[in-house]
Amino acid sequence: MAENNQRNAYGQTLVELCRKNKNIVALDADLGGSTMGKMVEVEPGMEENHIEMGIAEANMLSTAGGLARVGKIPFCSSFAVFAAGRAYDQIRQSIAIGKLNVKICGSSAGCSDFGDGATHQSIDDLAYLRVIPNMSVFVPADANETVAITKYMAEHEGPMYIRVNRNSYDNVTPENATFVPGEPVVLREGSDIAVFACGIMTVKALEAAKQLEGKISVKVVNVPSIKPLNRDSVIAIAKTVKGVVTAEEHSVIGGLGGAIAEALRLEPTPVEFVGVEDRFGESAHNYNDIMNHLGLTTEHIVETVEKMNAR
Amino acid sequence: MAYSEELLTSLKEKGQLLRRDCIKCIGVGVAGHVGGSCSSADLVAALYFHKMKVDPKNPEWEDRDYFLLSKGHVAILQYAALAEKGFFPVDDLPHCKDVGFYLQGHPHLGTPGIEAGTGSLGQGLSLGSGMALGLKMDGKKNRVYVLVGDGEMDEGQIWEAAMSSSAKKLNNLCAIIDNNGLQAQGKIADRLPNEPVADKWKAFGWNVIEIDGHNMEEILTALDDAEKCTDRPTAIVAHTVKGKGISFAENVVGFHNRALTQEEYDKALEELA
Repeated sequence: MAENNQRNAYGQTLVELCRKNKNIVALDADLGGSTMGKMVEVEPGMEENHIEMGIAEANMLSTAGGLARVGKIPFCSSFAVFAAGRAYDQIRQSIAIGKLNVKICGSSAGCSDFGDGATHQSIDDLAYLRVIPNMSVFVPADANETVAITKYMAEHEGPMYIRVNRNSYDNVTPENATFVPGEPVVLREGSDIAVFACGIMTVKALEAAKQLEGKISVKVVNVPSIKPLNRDSVIAIAKTVKGVVTAEEHSVIGGLGGAIAEALRLEPTPVEFVGVEDRFGESAHNYNDIMNHLGLTTEHIVETVEKMNAR
Repeated sequence: MAYSEELLTSLKEKGQLLRRDCIKCIGVGVAGHVGGSCSSADLVAALYFHKMKVDPKNPEWEDRDYFLLSKGHVAILQYAALAEKGFFPVDDLPHCKDVGFYLQGHPHLGTPGIEAGTGSLGQGLSLGSGMALGLKMDGKKNRVYVLVGDGEMDEGQIWEAAMSSSAKKLNNLCAIIDNNGLQAQGKIADRLPNEPVADKWKAFGWNVIEIDGHNMEEILTALDDAEKCTDRPTAIVAHTVKGKGISFAENVVGFHNRALTQEEYDKALEELA
């Protein structure tokens, strides 16, 4: 059975990649046991492929820039709020301007670290990374896609970000698929409304489409590549339906919804968002509770699709 | 004396040449980083015209030494050194900041001889540390030099890099602190006093050498001694004078980034002759 946890999938893939390419190095900021960068550290013979950087994310990211400049392929991992948010300036200044070959893993992303509350829940990372020129921003829907994206990142030049969920859930994308940056992927055909989703919200979009079967024909489009995003592909899909709904575990400002709305800015197709309404997350005892509290459930997608269809 | 009079004199002259290039490039009526360029000029001259292995015809030469200008705002000084060394024409210097031109206001990757984009203060040492770490992992002998401003040491990331560089025992890394005592808008001592600078670097596990940053013999000795250290990175704390060589700019805060009048421009070039 395929791995169903994105963090484990990421760690296992890193080990596999390090085995093939000695220049790949995994950097952690004292959270390797959580990001699963530690899988590299504990792998026999791979101790040198793991670099512990201490609780100093800013330095980790700039150091990675230096490593990349001399031919290494650094994967920097931490919780998304720290790997990307705390080190935003280092990503912008040290890495992205120079197009350095640094890979960033924003782990425990979105609200998947439900217990730790607002400080640890990244509801804004897609927005502030997407706006940086030269950056690629990827959100795997599941563990299978995490494997495909991590491999792609190792094999292609340039600064890239992958957003990884902390919690386990069943795969909805096939094992061993090839990741194609920029391309939205239709997972389910439909002719009334298209739901563009990423991350765990792709799973919920599929559930919503199933629930609406016989009432509304819902096309489910997985968008693992928030940037680059092929505008023509988004438009072509939008032309086949009456309306578009986006669904993401992120603020409704500047993330997937923003990217899709930007792509459709000259199109007549209306767009509505399912996401976090301009607010921070908060602590919860389980993942479902916080997702429900923030409006990130299958039911929220169903309701939004129904409204869009009745428009 | 380990270094010939001829070498010392020629390097001192190179320092003055770089200062003159900077002033000519900055020109009249347009703000430019006069003070910090002049304080670092002798250090940069020693590196490019004596210490570092570089090949102007092959800027990405695998065996080169690396120089990073963490105090990226004095880019013009590095450009002057690169141009005088032959990386690109000296005549290109006045075109710095022309729209579309390759000489940007701050060091930019892609310009021949530039190893890292710097300008957001505090990041250059980490970048250099990463290069030193990667080179060391591969068993390479290249050395990495990072010029850090003393005002820049306000940035916390400098101390993160100080910790990680010593933790990784990066003896191929040498930070040179341009310790001129001033920052953009005032004296460091009046803002976030940073003394004792040398003790701080020692406490972070570095091999520390204090020198007069305008004494060429001390500069060369320090750079050579840094190379002898086998288990730690070296910090050369170079005591310098901001605006060095231009009487009316020496130790004057206002010349951090200021436009010169025609009279000042002429006098500066005369004094630096």
